[in-house]
Amino acid sequence: MKVEMPVEPLKPADFASDQEVRWCPGCGDYAILAQVKKTLPGLGIPKEKIVFISGIGCSSRFPYYMNTYGFHSIHGRAMAVASGLKIARPDLNVWVVTGDGDGLSIGGNHLLHAIRRNIDMTVLLFNNRIYGLTKGQYSPTSEVGKRTKTSPRGSVDFPLHPLSVAIGAEASFVARALDVDLKHLGYVLERAAKHKGTSFVEIYQNCNIFNDGAYSYATDKGTKHDTRLILEHGKPLIFGKDREKGIRLNCTDPEIVTLGDGISEDDLLFHDEKAAEPSLAYLLTRMHHPNFPEAFGVFRAVERPCYEYVLDEMSDSTPPPQGAEDAEIDALLNSGDTWVVD
Amino acid sequence: MATSTAPTSKRTMVERKEHATVTIRFCGDSGDGMQLAGTQFTNSSSIFGNDVATLPDFPAEIRAPAGSLPGVSGFQINFSSHEIHTPGDRVDTMVAMNPAALKTNYKDVVPGGIILVNEDAFSKTNLQKAGLDVSPLEDATLRDYHVYKLPMGKLTTEAASGFGLSNKGVNRCKNFFALGVICWLYERPLAPIESWINSKMGRTPAVADANTATLRAGWNYCDTIELFPHAYRVAKAKIAPGTYRKITGNEATAIGLATAARRAGKELFIGSYPITPATTILETLAAMPQMGVKTFQAEDEIAAMCSTVGAAFAGACAVTSTSGPGLALKGEAMGLAVMTELPMVIVNVQRGGPSTGLPTKTEQSDYLQAMWGRNGECPMPVLAACTPSDCFEMAVEAMRIAVQYMTPVILLTDGYLANGSEPWKIPKSSSLPRFDVVHPTNSNGEAFLPYKRNERGARPWAIPGTKGLEHRIGGLEKQAETGNVNYDPDNHQRMICERADKVAKVADSIPDLKIDGNPDAELLVVGWGSTYGAITTAVERANKRGQKVAHVHLRYLNPMPKNTEDVMKRFKKVIVPEMNMGQLIIKLRSDFLIDAKGINKVQGKPFLVSDIEAAIESALGEG
Repeated sequence: MKVEMPVEPLKPADFASDQEVRWCPGCGDYAILAQVKKTLPGLGIPKEKIVFISGIGCSSRFPYYMNTYGFHSIHGRAMAVASGLKIARPDLNVWVVTGDGDGLSIGGNHLLHAIRRNIDMTVLLFNNRIYGLTKGQYSPTSEVGKRTKTSPRGSVDFPLHPLSVAIGAEASFVARALDVDLKHLGYVLERAAKHKGTSFVEIYQNCNIFNDGAYSYATDKGTKHDTRLILEHGKPLIFGKDREKGIRLNCTDPEIVTLGDGISEDDLLFHDEKAAEPSLAYLLTRMHHPNFPEAFGVFRAVERPCYEYVLDEMSDSTPPPQGAEDAEIDALLNSGDTWVVD
Repeated sequence: MATSTAPTSKRTMVERKEHATVTIRFCGDSGDGMQLAGTQFTNSSSIFGNDVATLPDFPAEIRAPAGSLPGVSGFQINFSSHEIHTPGDRVDTMVAMNPAALKTNYKDVVPGGIILVNEDAFSKTNLQKAGLDVSPLEDATLRDYHVYKLPMGKLTTEAASGFGLSNKGVNRCKNFFALGVICWLYERPLAPIESWINSKMGRTPAVADANTATLRAGWNYCDTIELFPHAYRVAKAKIAPGTYRKITGNEATAIGLATAARRAGKELFIGSYPITPATTILETLAAMPQMGVKTFQAEDEIAAMCSTVGAAFAGACAVTSTSGPGLALKGEAMGLAVMTELPMVIVNVQRGGPSTGLPTKTEQSDYLQAMWGRNGECPMPVLAACTPSDCFEMAVEAMRIAVQYMTPVILLTDGYLANGSEPWKIPKSSSLPRFDVVHPTNSNGEAFLPYKRNERGARPWAIPGTKGLEHRIGGLEKQAETGNVNYDPDNHQRMICERADKVAKVADSIPDLKIDGNPDAELLVVGWGSTYGAITTAVERANKRGQKVAHVHLRYLNPMPKNTEDVMKRFKKVIVPEMNMGQLIIKLRSDFLIDAKGINKVQGKPFLVSDIEAAIESALGEG
C-alpha cells in the first residue's frame, strides 16, 4: 500500500545543498543548475524521492549541489548506476547529469541501452564540445579540425550528434535547449521531467575557459534569430528576426525558404513531436549551423512502455509476512526432484 | 517422489558383483546428449540412495564440427555406497559414442575396465575426423580393457522408429540407449528417468515415447543377449536422514542469494551479463520473480556492476555474477562500491585464464584479482565455496557480511563447482541465519552523518525516499563522518584505515578454522575452494595408511579466521595445492612467515586424489 506523503510547497532554495559550487566563474553550468532548481518545485515531488546521478566531468559535480539524494559515480557509468537504482526502486524520480565526454565517449554504450529500455528518467547532457575537467582536449562532439592539446594540428575525429544518436537508440523523448535561454530551458526541463520514459535533453553549454564561444552563433543578438529555430508542436517551422523564413521539405531534404512570393506557411514542414515514426524528428537533428538554423525544443515525445515498470509488474516485490516467508523459502529449497532418506 | 527400484531382470542367472564405488564416464560428440545422459544417471543414482559427485567436461563451442576432437563432450559421475568427495580419479566404465570420444578419453579408464562403444559411429569418415588411420577397435589400442561394441545407431533406429520422428529425431535418442545399457549394468531404476522424460518432453508425446522406448531398449538389450558376463551392484550409502535433492554449484549459489535476500527481508536485484561458466546463476534467478527477484541482463559487465551499485544505493540486496574476464571489467565499479560502502555480492565463477582462456574449464587463478585487482587501497571480504552445496551456504554468508558490514563481498566459486553436482540435504528455513536490515529513518533533528560508523565499522544504509536523510555519495574521497568530498591528507589516511579495519572486523563474525585429519600431524595440507573433495579424500586415505596428515580448508579468504596463524604455525610442514601457479600461498607466506610449499596444477581440470596423495607422499618423504 502506498501512503501519499503530504507535499509541502518547496522553493528553489530548498534544493540547494550546503556545498559550495565550484564551477569556473562564468560557466554555463550555473544557469542550468539554477533552472533545474526552479523546475523541481513545480513537479510536486518530495525532494527525498528525487535522486541525481552523474558520472565524471565538470557537469557531473551537479549532484553535490542538490539537496536531494545524489550519486557522483564513475566515468561514463551514470546511466548504468541510474538503471540499477530505478529498476530496484521504480518509485523514485531519477535524473542523470552527464556531458559530451562522459555520456557519448566513455559512456556511449550505457547511454544507448538505457534509452532503448526507456527507463523512466531525465537525462541532461551538457554539451560543451570539449573536455573541460582534464583541461581542454577534443570531445566526441568537437568539430573536425579543432585544435586542442591532443590535436595540435586539428582534430581528425568526425563528431557525432547527440540527438541523432538518441533517436537511433529509439528514444521516446528528445529535446534541445541552450544554457543562456533560461525561459526556454525551463520549459524543456519541465517537459522532460514530466515525460514517462527516458527523456534525453541536450543542453548547449558554454565552457568559457576551454571552448569559449562554441555557441556564439546561437547566443549573439545579431545572429541568434537566423541560427535558432524554436520547435512548437503542430506549428510550421519558422525562424528569422521577422519570422520571415521557414523550413520546407524538398523530397527528403530540408531546405530554407523565404515566406512570401508564393510560399506560405502551409508549404512549410509542420512539427509533430508525437509522430509514431521518428524520421522527421531525426531530420531536424541533422540541421546544423552554418547551413541551417539549429532546432530547439521538444523534437520527439511518444509513449512507450518503461522497462522498470513492466519488470516490476512481473515480479512479486512485496516480501511475504514473517510467517509466510519461511514457507516460501522452504518451497524454493525443496523445488525440483527430491527424495527422502529415512 | 515415489521410491523406485530397478526393473526386475528376466535373466535369473545374472550375477551381480558388489562394488563400493564406481566411476562412469559418458563421452561423445557435443551433439550426442552426453550431459543429459550423465545428469539423468546422476539423478537415478541419487534417488537410488548412493552418494554421488559429478564432473561435466564440455567444449566451449556449442557445436564444434561433428565427430571432431574439440567437439568431444564428457560427463563423469562417481557413485558410492559410502561418503565420497570427488568425481573419481580413474574411470571404471566408459561409454564412447564415436572415435573422437574414444581417442580422447580411453586412457582414463582403469586397466581391466569396461569400454562400451557405439560401433556404428566408427566409419572411415569419423575415424579420419578423429585423426585415426586404423580403428582402435581393430588394433591393439584397447587390449587392456573389456571392450563391448554395440550397434547403438542401428538399435536406436529400431527402437525409436514408429513414433513419427524424422531420421534426425530418431538418431538423437541414442544417448538414451546408452543410458539404458548403463542402468542395466549398474541396477539403476529407470522410473526417475522416465518421469523426467515425461515432464520435459511430454508436450510432444512422440519424442517422449521414442526416448522412453529407446531407454528401455538399451536395458532390455543387455538383459536379453547376455552381453556382459555379470552385472554390478553399488549398495545404498548410509546417508543422514532427511530430504535431499541433487544440486549444482550454480543452482546452490542462486538459491542461496534468493534465500539470503528474503532472510534480510528484502528484494534481490541481480545485474549480470551472460558469461561462461556463471550464466546459469543469472538464468536460475531469472526464473524466480515470485521470490521478489528482479533480473537485469545488462549491456556489458561494467553496466552489470554499476547497476548493482545503483540497486544497492536504492536499498535492494544487490548481486552480480561473472567469471574472470568479467571481474576484470567490473574492477573500477567495485572500487566505487568500496568507496561508497554499499552492500552487495559479486560472484566470480572462476575459469581458465588469462584473457578468454578456457571458458568451460576450471581454475582458481582469480584469487589475486579478487584480493588486489583494483586501483587504490581497495579491500573487500572474499569468500570461497568448497563444494557445490557449500555454494548455498557461502552465498548466504556473503550477503550477511555485505549487509552487516556495508561492504561489497566477493564470492569465489569455479567451473568445477558451478557445473558439478552432489546430493544436498535440504536445510529447514528456520535453521538459516536471519539478518534483519535496519535503514535509519531520521537523524533525530541533528545533521545526518552518512559515514558515521557503528561498532562493526559499518556506516548507516540510508536509502532514497527517507525524508530528512538526503545525502550525496560518490567515488571521490570522503570526509570522515560527513561523507563530503575531502582531499585532506590526514583524512585520506584515516579513511583508508577505516575501510581496511572494517573488512578486518568481519573476522569477528566467522567461525574458526577447523582441523581435519590428524591434528598432531607433521604435515598440514591447506586448501581453498573446489580442491576440498580431492584433498579430503587424499588426507583420509593417507591417515588410513598410517601417515600423519592434517587438512584445513579456507572458506573465508579475506579476512581469514582468527586462529589461522596459530593453526599454520602448529605444523612443521605446510603444502598448499591450488589450481593456479601459487596465489593463496603468497598471502600465507607473507602474512604468517611460514615456509609453505605450493602444489600447482593448471590444466583446466580439478586435482585428482592421486595428485594430492603423491604430494603428501613427497612432502613426508623430504627430511
